Amino acid sequence: MKLGFTPDEERFRSEAATWLTEALAGPFAALRGVTGLTARPEERRAWEQALGRARWSVPGWPREYGGRAATLAEQVIFAEECARAGAPARLGHLGVELIGPTILAFGTEAQKARFLPPIAAGEEYWCQGYSEPNAGSDLSNVRTRAHLERGDSGDAWIIDGQKTWTSLAQFADWAFVLCRTTEGSRGRDGLSFLLVPVRQPGVSIRPIRQMTGDTEFNELFFDGARSASDCVLGAPGDGWTVAMALLNFERGVSTLAQQMAFRGELDRLCALAVKNGRARDPLIRQRLAEAHIGLRIMRMSALRMLTDAGTGRLGRAGYTYKIFWATWHRALGELAMDIQGPAGEVAPTAEYRFGEMTNLYLYTRADTIYGGTNQIQRNLIAERALGLPKEPRGR
Amino acid sequence: MHFAFTDEQTLIHDAAREFCAEHGAPARLRAAIDSPQGYDEATWRAIGEEMGWCGIALAAEFGGSGLGAVELAILCEQVGRVLLPSPFFATVALAAPAIALAGTAAQREALLPGIAAGRTRATLAITSSDGAPGLEGIGPRLARSKRGWRLDGEAGFVIHADAADLLVVAARAPRSRSIDGVSLAVVDPHDPRVSIERLTMLDQTRPMSRVRFDSVALGACSLLGEAGEAGPALVATLSRAQAALAAEQLGGAEAALEIATEHAKARIQFDRPIGSFQAVKHRLADMMVATEAARSAAYYAACAVDELPEEFEEAASMAAAWCSETFTDCTAGMIQLLGGVGFTWEHAAHLYFKRARAASTLLGAPAWHRERIAARLLPAASGKPA
Repeated sequence: MKLGFTPDEERFRSEAATWLTEALAGPFAALRGVTGLTARPEERRAWEQALGRARWSVPGWPREYGGRAATLAEQVIFAEECARAGAPARLGHLGVELIGPTILAFGTEAQKARFLPPIAAGEEYWCQGYSEPNAGSDLSNVRTRAHLERGDSGDAWIIDGQKTWTSLAQFADWAFVLCRTTEGSRGRDGLSFLLVPVRQPGVSIRPIRQMTGDTEFNELFFDGARSASDCVLGAPGDGWTVAMALLNFERGVSTLAQQMAFRGELDRLCALAVKNGRARDPLIRQRLAEAHIGLRIMRMSALRMLTDAGTGRLGRAGYTYKIFWATWHRALGELAMDIQGPAGEVAPTAEYRFGEMTNLYLYTRADTIYGGTNQIQRNLIAERALGLPKEPRGR
Repeated sequence: MHFAFTDEQTLIHDAAREFCAEHGAPARLRAAIDSPQGYDEATWRAIGEEMGWCGIALAAEFGGSGLGAVELAILCEQVGRVLLPSPFFATVALAAPAIALAGTAAQREALLPGIAAGRTRATLAITSSDGAPGLEGIGPRLARSKRGWRLDGEAGFVIHADAADLLVVAARAPRSRSIDGVSLAVVDPHDPRVSIERLTMLDQTRPMSRVRFDSVALGACSLLGEAGEAGPALVATLSRAQAALAAEQLGGAEAALEIATEHAKARIQFDRPIGSFQAVKHRLADMMVATEAARSAAYYAACAVDELPEEFEEAASMAAAWCSETFTDCTAGMIQLLGGVGFTWEHAAHLYFKRARAASTLLGAPAWHRERIAARLLPAASGKPA
């Protein structure tokens, strides 16, 4: 058991730090510390491309697809240095962290060669088509359907249905879509994992305005949308397996980048409390200390989880990670309101838009819902990690 | 970076688990608790002589294994799972680091080999009988005398003092405060001017005594290092002990979760195992979430002792706050899920519940540790509430 790094790893750190510091002092200075998903999209595309050119976009990927085959420890170091340098949140997150690793694991050689380099280069962006109006916690209830149509210029998947809560679809070129490809199938059987171009007549995007006033999510409608017959990841009918494997990549190194964003929020909240005097309130002091402890524990749990991932198994830290961070972050949002006091309820301008700390309160309501609600997480922990009897299903 | 056990650590873990399963079996635990000294002498001998646990974190020059705080935490976690009573924690986690950190080379050479070999049962006396934590809570007083030093006053909550061969006593110079004027003295518990009163404690698994010092005469060589200069060593000792205690608490929380989970699988009501109901399932899931966080916190603190000198005091306070509350919560949850049987004297649940309470105040309660962290986190904002 060891937390420190080797001299070689420290050399890697200084290389990464130098590049990041220079890039974020010069051409990308305006992006330093940018957190939200949707601000400054054009500059952030340019940032993704700069990362790609320097092989920093996907350090852990093989070199042939734009990575540098970095070890786990090096990936951890890179995430730390991104945070230290104030690198912005990744516009390419869904490609780089979710579909990319899934294509590496399940894709054919042709799929890897087609899809991975543009993700690494910041040229193609992805969004996720999982949830539907009637398939939320019970994801296996998806109704979006697809069938293969024979044609002279090749076979194609024809897709009809609706997806929802699709983050960043407005910037995406491609969607990965969980579809029912066996007519009359139910549950986890008969599903396929399709890769679908977003910018085509058969796909329409409708933004959903969320409680913060922002529109980060979308509804995605497929009305005879088309994708080439070879755009299925894994075998047709194996969609559930691929879809669940993708969710495991949410527990990857990117989780450290998320923690760095949390660290920034907590630091700014501490500074605010010192400034407005609430840091002298013993109850606020207790809660800030509790938040600090929780965040440090989160980091240690992530390092455990990443170490376990190196052995190819989901350990106990992995099962409990999502509910821990989501609940922690939601509590931070509540603390942010208590530290701001009533001033946090006043919008800075006439527009219905709030500052970071109030947005934190609102936005974190979603954290305990998306990616598996806290209730679903507890079921998973109880049934899979503790081995309790399964929840009976209704008909 | 490898935040998991090495192969060698896994071997230590497995051996400790097997040892504790045998020596901490329910009937032996009850017999040990009911014995006059509060622990099983054969278990203690086996810990020292067969297992070599007492020297685990001591250097080879003192007869130790030269391993570190992580290995000690591995042992403490297993001890905590079965509540194994013995002078191990007091000797190895409290007295030994005090001697190692504050003592001169000659004192270390004189005292540590006996501990490493499992011959010496030692303990650390710090707090007054009101149990206030940290350096402010030090009870005994040390003053100059004609021939050397004189120790007066009393210390409460001294673990296994009645069985100890050696007392390490924290004492203050008159009118001293905070980190100044703190001495650590080595005292013979059989000195006629030392009186030891065994107390009946809420926690039946960790015997404690009140120790009174009535003008105990000490020579300069009885003080570890220089008189009045042991404050920093005592702070570091307490942080190390806290890391070990957090691992014990982790083990206890784990055991509570397992006992409750097994019950939920076996107990049938409404024609179903009660563990199939979400009300039960979700409580157990929350206990597991807290326990896994406790594992991260406890082993972080242990790693920090070995690797991160600038972080380890804060890491120890974090582990103290989190692991204390987790152990308490898991034992409370276990009793609730066991139902009536969990309230009986016969079931072990109450032993865990009481141990959790006592452990959470042994080296400072969670709120005290959080305030310690807040003071570092919010440096510009000490003072009166807004």
